[in-house]
Amino acid sequence: MKSDSPLFLVAQDLTLFCICVNVQSQPASLAAEDISTNSNGPKQDSLFDDDPEDLFAEATEEVSLDSPERDVLLSDGPSPAITPITPPTSVITPRIGHTHDDMFTHSSFDEIEEEEGGDSFDIHISVSDPEKVGDGMNAYMAYKVTTKTSISLFKRNEFAVKRRFSDFLGLHSKLASKYLHIGYIVPPAPEKSIVGMTKVKVGKEDQSSNEFVEKRRSALERYLMRTVKHPILLKDPDVLQFLESSELPRAVSTQALSSAGLLRMVNKAADAVNKMTIKMNESDAWFEEKQQHFENLDVQLRKLHTSVESLVCHRKELSVNTAQFAKSAAMLGNSEDHTALSRALSQLAEVEEKIDQLHQDQANADFYLFSELLGDYVRLLTAVKGVFDHRMKTWQKWQDSQMLLQKKREAEAKLQFTNKPDKLQQAKDEIKELEGKVQQGERDFEQISKTIRKEVSRFEKERVKDFKTIIIKYLESLVQTQQQLIKYWEAFLPEAKAIS
Amino acid sequence: FKLGLDAAPRFIGFINVDLQTDAMLQVDISDALSERDKVKFTVHTKSTLPNFKQNEFSVVRQHEEFIWLHDSFVENEEYAGYIIPPAPPRPDFDASREKLQKLGEGEGSMTKEEFTKMKQELEAEYLAIFKKTVAMHEVFLCRVAAHPVLRKDLNFHVFLEYNQDLSVRGKNKKEKLEDFFKNVVKSADGVLVAGVKDVDDFFEHEKTFLLEYHNRVKDASAKSDRMIRSHKNAADDINRIASSLYTLGTQDSTDLCKFFLKVSELFEKTRKIEARIAADEDLKLADLLKYYLRESQAAKDLLYRRSRALVDYENANKALDKARAKNRDVLQAETSQQLCCHKFEKISESAKQELIDFKTRRVAAFRKNLVELAELELKHAKGNLQLLQGCLGILKGNT
Repeated sequence: MKSDSPLFLVAQDLTLFCICVNVQSQPASLAAEDISTNSNGPKQDSLFDDDPEDLFAEATEEVSLDSPERDVLLSDGPSPAITPITPPTSVITPRIGHTHDDMFTHSSFDEIEEEEGGDSFDIHISVSDPEKVGDGMNAYMAYKVTTKTSISLFKRNEFAVKRRFSDFLGLHSKLASKYLHIGYIVPPAPEKSIVGMTKVKVGKEDQSSNEFVEKRRSALERYLMRTVKHPILLKDPDVLQFLESSELPRAVSTQALSSAGLLRMVNKAADAVNKMTIKMNESDAWFEEKQQHFENLDVQLRKLHTSVESLVCHRKELSVNTAQFAKSAAMLGNSEDHTALSRALSQLAEVEEKIDQLHQDQANADFYLFSELLGDYVRLLTAVKGVFDHRMKTWQKWQDSQMLLQKKREAEAKLQFTNKPDKLQQAKDEIKELEGKVQQGERDFEQISKTIRKEVSRFEKERVKDFKTIIIKYLESLVQTQQQLIKYWEAFLPEAKAIS
Repeated sequence: FKLGLDAAPRFIGFINVDLQTDAMLQVDISDALSERDKVKFTVHTKSTLPNFKQNEFSVVRQHEEFIWLHDSFVENEEYAGYIIPPAPPRPDFDASREKLQKLGEGEGSMTKEEFTKMKQELEAEYLAIFKKTVAMHEVFLCRVAAHPVLRKDLNFHVFLEYNQDLSVRGKNKKEKLEDFFKNVVKSADGVLVAGVKDVDDFFEHEKTFLLEYHNRVKDASAKSDRMIRSHKNAADDINRIASSLYTLGTQDSTDLCKFFLKVSELFEKTRKIEARIAADEDLKLADLLKYYLRESQAAKDLLYRRSRALVDYENANKALDKARAKNRDVLQAETSQQLCCHKFEKISESAKQELIDFKTRRVAAFRKNLVELAELELKHAKGNLQLLQGCLGILKGNT
């Protein structure tokens, strides 16, 4: 365990610590309830547990692993995958050992990436069958996560598990804590929505809560697909466990109103302040260019997103108003006393009714294809900006070590002229240690810079593909709408001409 | 600013039927000028009627003069038995003017391209409203000119020919108040009169029909307006999306940027079509419904006048009976009763024809407009489809 650098004695390292400990002491097979292989082990939780004194604890009962509700929920009766948690040890151990020791060297990651060349990227994840579990404010939605793949990492080609929203947040939280600070663009999880979820909990079976669930389901699916498309994240044990394990301990630290949530907010604020005070000597114009590029992109995507959201809104309005007009036209047709005209007006009402459904469908395409694409990328860009910020922090750390070393050297030089051999020796030891740190800091900085370059290149490639694919799909939806419109009006025209 | 007219669009709600062509009388609005707060219409007449000094002449009229003419018909007892062609609505550029002003104020906050685009949009909107108001005023005149009796009206001839200002001031407050009370009395009366069941089946049916029809046309007119407004809003959004995509596309010259530029171009074109669809729906559907809202009200007014005359006639009958019983003022009562009888029968006779004509006109107008609406919707949908498929072909080919 060489996790000795002081700056890393925070929760994230405990994660790694836990994994390593548990892997090395793991029994041959793990019972379904054994949660020791995952990072939210008991040691982790004790820091952020929902103890009774915690003012920010969610007002629900802590569901223990042994509680009957949980078994009912997570034991997969109908679903096919009830697998024990252990992924094959041969896969886990070397990788974890690898990543821990050589976290900041290039070789391990290069190897992993070379591996993937052989394995064609063939994995498809779907999130489906939202199911309300429980009642009242303790209720939540459980989603079925189905994975279909031929990648050898997985034990089976097709399997499914049930997950709830906080599980997804927990996964993201783990991935972010492991990979963001070393330069990997970790896809952000879908946003929480207290309002939306409350409606569902309270049991309103109306259209708006159905839409909310569908919106969330779709977002969760996209989130998982983006995550597994990342060659490094795909192989992360947390990801594998998320997809494969039939049971997952509840990620309590993701609650918005928990003390963990509060801690997160404080950290975010601190980060923001730090960012403002770091002035980096950018020796590499590439980074400055890219940062500017992403700033611009962010501004423009937000603007476009706003316009598309407006379109969705107006298209929905159009659908509603068309439906109302259809009803009104039908009434008018009823009171018209000229038979042929009356019939034509009724036909017009029918056409308009079909058209209103068309508008509704188009509004959905506007939203799920175009608007959500833009929303996803606005959020992704936040993660991208985050890795650039981490690079700055890494640089700052390196510089701090260097300055400290300088000071210590100066102090040592002074000590040379005093007769304090103990202090001198101490100073020399400290300097030796600091020299190591400075070297490490430089290595870290180079590594993160290298990683970011790769990540940005991958990100841009993905972005181009995503935009092209989805926008083409969107245009195809527009084509379909026009084709339907033509059908409807062509059917109506002879009816109108028949008025005499 | 001046908006000229190249050709007045022939109006939608009006079809020339039953034109008695003992002499030719053709009226149109050949030109119009929009000044700051008024519109000046050039009314052009071609006629072989002997009343006029020339065979062809033009005068300039404003909206208030049209209203004066309409009101003079309504107030004329002789015309009680006719459906008076509804007055054209006041030209209303307020909304459009306000938008242009807001645009001017917000000029600093948008790019030059956006500003130019929006300005063109608003000017087009202004022009559309202008053309519509011209059409509305024109159809009023055409309806009058087509009516066998109204076309001979003296005020109408003065309106057409007198090339000086008619000096019709708008109604002053007192007169407006009088109008208001007249309408209140009319609707109170209307309730009373509607309750009286008519002996004549034809009129009984027409009364029931018109009451319901009028209300439903009102509802359909309002709903069609809302639908069309949503359509316009969606077209505006597509406009903004096209602009944003254009900005994204001009960032650099990568593949993706070229892609964005192509899509931006596509949306620029499709949104023009969407705007046209909204405009055509407005013309063929919304305006049609609005017109028949006003016409059905005019028809209701006719029925009301007939019912009033019937009530007067019945009252005169009762008075005559009383007079005969008391043997006092019998001659007076007889004369009065005969007058009422005559008035009622005259109105009934012409009303019947008017209502039949109304139905014929209505059916023809709806037919024409529904056919044209469907044809235009088809044309635009096909246009959209072509643009979309063309662009998709290019985009897919390049990826």
